[in-house]
Amino acid sequence: MIPPAAFFVLAVVLFVLGIVAFFVKKDLLTQFMAVEVMLNAGNLAVLALAKASGRPDGQAVVLFIITVAAAEAVIGLAIIVLIFRQRKSIRTDDLRDLKG
Amino acid sequence: MNTLASGIPIVSLVTFLPLAGAVLLVFIRGGSARTVRVVALAISLLTLALSLVLFAGYSGASGLPELVEKAAWLGRGLDYHVGVDGISLFLILLAAFLTPLALLSSWKAVDDRVKEFSLFMLLLETGVIGVFVSLNLFLFYVFWEAMLIPMYFLIGIWGGRRRIYATMKFVLFTMFGSLLMLVAIFVLQAAYFRATGAYSLTIADLAATSFAPGLQTWLFLAFCLAFAIKIPLFPLHTWLPDAHVEAPTAGSVLLAAILLKMGAYGFVRLGIPIFPQAAAAFAPALSIVAVVGIIYGGLMALVQKDMKSLVAYSSVSHMGLIMLAVFSLNFEATEGALYQMLNHGISTGALFLCVGVLYERTHTRLIADYGGVAARMPVFAGVFLVAMLSSAGLPGLNGFVGEILCFFGIFAANKVLAALGVSTVILSAAYLLWLYRRIMHGPVTDPADTRFRDLDRRELATLAPLVVLMVLMGLFPGPILRKMDASVSRYIESLKAKPPIAMTIEGPALTTRAPEPAAEPEP
Amino acid sequence: MARYFWLIPLLPGASAFVLLLFGRRLARRWVAWQASAAVFLSFALTLAALARLTSAGGGAAPLSKTLLPWIASGAFSASVAFTFDELAAVMAVVVTGVGFLIHVYSTAYMADDRAYARYFAFLNLFTFFMLVLVMASDIVLMFVGWEGVGLCSYLLIGFWFDRPAASKAGMKAFLVNRVGDAAFIIGILILLANVGSSSFAAINAAPGSGLLGPGLVTLIAILLFVGATGKSAQIPLYVWLPDAMEGPTPVSALIHAATMVTAGVYMVCRLSGLYTASPAAASVVAWVGAVTAVYAATMALVQHDIKRVLAYSTISQIGYMFVGCGVGAYAAGMFHLLTHAFFKSLLFLAAGSVIHALGGEQDMRRMGGLRKRLPVTFPVFLVGALAISGIPFLSGFFSKDAILTGAFAGGHYAVYALGLAAAVMTAFYMFRLVYVTFYGSERTSLAPGAHIHESPRAMTVPLVILAVLSALAGLIGLPVLFGERANVFGRFLESSFAAAAHHLAPATEIVLILAATASALLGLGLAFLLYRRSPGIPARLAGRFPGIYKLLLGKYYVDEAYDAVIVRPLVRGAEAVYENFDLKVVDGALNGSASAASGAGRGLNVLQSGLVRDYALAFLLGAIIFVGFLLL
Repeated sequence: MIPPAAFFVLAVVLFVLGIVAFFVKKDLLTQFMAVEVMLNAGNLAVLALAKASGRPDGQAVVLFIITVAAAEAVIGLAIIVLIFRQRKSIRTDDLRDLKG
Repeated sequence: MNTLASGIPIVSLVTFLPLAGAVLLVFIRGGSARTVRVVALAISLLTLALSLVLFAGYSGASGLPELVEKAAWLGRGLDYHVGVDGISLFLILLAAFLTPLALLSSWKAVDDRVKEFSLFMLLLETGVIGVFVSLNLFLFYVFWEAMLIPMYFLIGIWGGRRRIYATMKFVLFTMFGSLLMLVAIFVLQAAYFRATGAYSLTIADLAATSFAPGLQTWLFLAFCLAFAIKIPLFPLHTWLPDAHVEAPTAGSVLLAAILLKMGAYGFVRLGIPIFPQAAAAFAPALSIVAVVGIIYGGLMALVQKDMKSLVAYSSVSHMGLIMLAVFSLNFEATEGALYQMLNHGISTGALFLCVGVLYERTHTRLIADYGGVAARMPVFAGVFLVAMLSSAGLPGLNGFVGEILCFFGIFAANKVLAALGVSTVILSAAYLLWLYRRIMHGPVTDPADTRFRDLDRRELATLAPLVVLMVLMGLFPGPILRKMDASVSRYIESLKAKPPIAMTIEGPALTTRAPEPAAEPEP
Repeated sequence: MARYFWLIPLLPGASAFVLLLFGRRLARRWVAWQASAAVFLSFALTLAALARLTSAGGGAAPLSKTLLPWIASGAFSASVAFTFDELAAVMAVVVTGVGFLIHVYSTAYMADDRAYARYFAFLNLFTFFMLVLVMASDIVLMFVGWEGVGLCSYLLIGFWFDRPAASKAGMKAFLVNRVGDAAFIIGILILLANVGSSSFAAINAAPGSGLLGPGLVTLIAILLFVGATGKSAQIPLYVWLPDAMEGPTPVSALIHAATMVTAGVYMVCRLSGLYTASPAAASVVAWVGAVTAVYAATMALVQHDIKRVLAYSTISQIGYMFVGCGVGAYAAGMFHLLTHAFFKSLLFLAAGSVIHALGGEQDMRRMGGLRKRLPVTFPVFLVGALAISGIPFLSGFFSKDAILTGAFAGGHYAVYALGLAAAVMTAFYMFRLVYVTFYGSERTSLAPGAHIHESPRAMTVPLVILAVLSALAGLIGLPVLFGERANVFGRFLESSFAAAAHHLAPATEIVLILAATASALLGLGLAFLLYRRSPGIPARLAGRFPGIYKLLLGKYYVDEAYDAVIVRPLVRGAEAVYENFDLKVVDGALNGSASAASGAGRGLNVLQSGLVRDYALAFLLGAIIFVGFLLL
């Protein structure tokens, strides 16, 4: 059996990779993918916990999370496409409309 | 002691009628400016009539608030509690009397967004009367803040060149003080609860309770700051000249005549009765501040180039005298101060109306632009002269009665400060006569100048009632003083009942155990 | 009739009210009649009340009536109540009698003026306030009249307000008076705080009953006297009176000769209880009076404007009155007040007649030889000059003598000497005026052959009446020399004053009378010498002592001194404080805090970069900190 700790480590590694990718990458699409990675890392952690505690609730929650993540991915990607159509660029540094 | 025999809540009526009128104005569509003006004037006159009913209904026998209405509102002591007594009655009348005059004076001066203007004036009236009728501390605060909003718009929209600066300064400065007052109110609420186990913010209840010295100090200072900004006491006065100069005439009239009094009224109604020991301890220092205000205001008035800022600084000087009397903490001085508040409202209101008359003709407020006006406007010259003499305290007019009572009372408290305060008779004569001479006397510079028509009937109608009052109040102060007597007596008695104790400046004593061994249920 | 004595002030008051509101719409003749009739009726009532006072032997009580409760608040109370006693009677006779004559005179003098009704309204208003002043039963009501006459003085001096000089003079009068009034108010406050009542009876009794200690009495007496120096134009607050000559001449006669300026003297007499109880204060009064008498006389010696000479003369003569009060001879002071009212108003009105005849000329250097041209004005003027100089048997002789005798008898020899010196100068400058104006060659600037005619009857008849009074009024106050009962006036006022009169040996009295006469004749003789016999001497004297001449002509530069030491520094100081403190420091602190707030906002604005990256970083940091707190 693979110890649950391994899954946690993997989850943490994936999360950190996601954060790093978010800050390193300059375009919206890749940053969005990084956010997805972070989400799935969290998912993995929940799943590992669920398996370790033996309760089925966790696994059910993960299914919910995957569904919501899919929906959110659709909307996010749609927004990105619209931004691209308007601004002709998806470089995050160019999107400064919230500047105070 | 309760509502009018017929059960009509007259006090609430007087307070909220202008508000109702404002709402009515909102729904007048497509009416001409004239219709709006007439409706607004009618509402304010109706309010005046009702306030006269109030005057008749108040007996002044016991000095306790009469025509009281009380209703639970937000709970925990935040009640709706209104009434009138000898101290507030005449200020209410003053507000009700001056609002129609102010509206009448803007008949021609304001022709842009007349509906909104009248609306704000009526809202202002409600706010101001509300302050004077409130017997609950929180309600007092609500009305205190409420009158800032219409004033902000009145100055900000219909004001002069620097109106935005002036109105922001006015609102922010006043609000700064008021916020501290709000904090103090809630501390007071908690302290009262700790002391008695019940919630109440009724001013009378609070006044009957003793609070710890450390607590009294901080709370009194918090209230003191809010009131001192309003009065205004030196050195918190600089918002006043700007506000007056930039405000439209009607706004200036109400600002000077009523709003300034709210600060003084706050001391007499709340600050001193609720914290008598702190007031007694701080009275000497505050008296000195007041005297400085008298002299400083007078000297500054002497060197102003703008008519309105001259009258503004004269208000600082006059309010200084009123506050010196208030801080003398004795009967004659307090009655003198209350009477002088009325006098100042009438004479300064008249002075601002006179300035408005001139401004409407020439659109300049600079004194240097005038000269020889008396030859062309003889009736105006006479009215202006009487207003000026009233402000300077000429015996026979109203100003003298207030001043001599104030001086008498102040002298009993502090002879040196009284002597210094007497200098106001020289200073006020100096700057007022100088103003009058510069504007009215002298040769007619340009005979072809047709701008200076004498007062028309409308303008005379705004000024004549004030002149009549000046003379009547100068000769017959009795009716007013008699109605004030009982309330002022109670006020002074309540001060004497609490012996002075040494005031300490400890930290905010919220965590100090109160001396009364009352049980402490959870709030 | 005497029951209605309280109408004495109210009749002119009512007339003033009517004229103020409706005057412009009334016909001139009506205005003249109404204004004069009101004062005449008051005069008649005054005589009736006086008759009542003097009847029933000497025991008739003063008439008294309270009209209005006025102010009552706690321990403070003041009512509108009038009292008509001997002292008030004397003043009322002067105010209504001389006032009436001046009203009649004015109907002709002001006939060409546009603001006829306004003039009479103010004149009536003045009469009202002056009568309130003299008939008040308590000091607060007296103060109402006191300030009221100050107001009317302002209104009448500045009557021709389109002239900057007149307007300035009016303002100066009001302000200088107010300085005195401030001291007066403080005096009243101390009085009220210690005596408890504002009535004159209570105040005069207070020193005796122990309510007022000697120090307090002196303080109060001096404070009130400072107020009097303002109203009565003594050192140091006299500077407004010469400038007040900008007003119409009848105004100068009424207000600045006969009535308002004597209010201070009346006040000291009314409160004689205080001044008798404080020798220190009394001697201050006497010394200020004496020094002012000499000081003002020196300035009158060189003035060129006919009205200014008379103005300085008034200041000087009022000094005499205060000397009388200060040495305890209150009745003498009041006697001089009475006679001075007659001859000074006569002199002013006659001067007005001269000015009127010359079409407005007031400079004596452009007069001369008028005695043939003005056959009524000249003799009456001469009578007035003789009276004021103290030439024997005219009224001024008796009243001045009474004061000087009182000073000498009280042991105030220095004051006596000053008084005598002033007497010499008085005769001198008066006859200088007479000779320069009425004798010699005609130096007027009017075209030769221009018609210089005598004034109309409305002006000359009052002049004659006043001349008769100036000549004969002395007879009611004959010195004790002529018998104990001869001093009708003194005995009349006996009950009003606490001080007992001093008595001198008849021989001493005769010597004093001779000394006074000699000084008057000396002055007259010198004037004759310098201005009639050898007219070149004055110019040579001026050339020999240019410094002194300039000093006198320039009024000792006191006005300039006041301006430089008090007025200008005050105004400049206030301006400096306004610009540097009020605008920069106080407002600066306010605006500074506002800019600090907005500066902080702008500073913090850096955080709002608009970059998602930065916001995400903020999330991350926040999350780390939060989790850290949870774990620790």
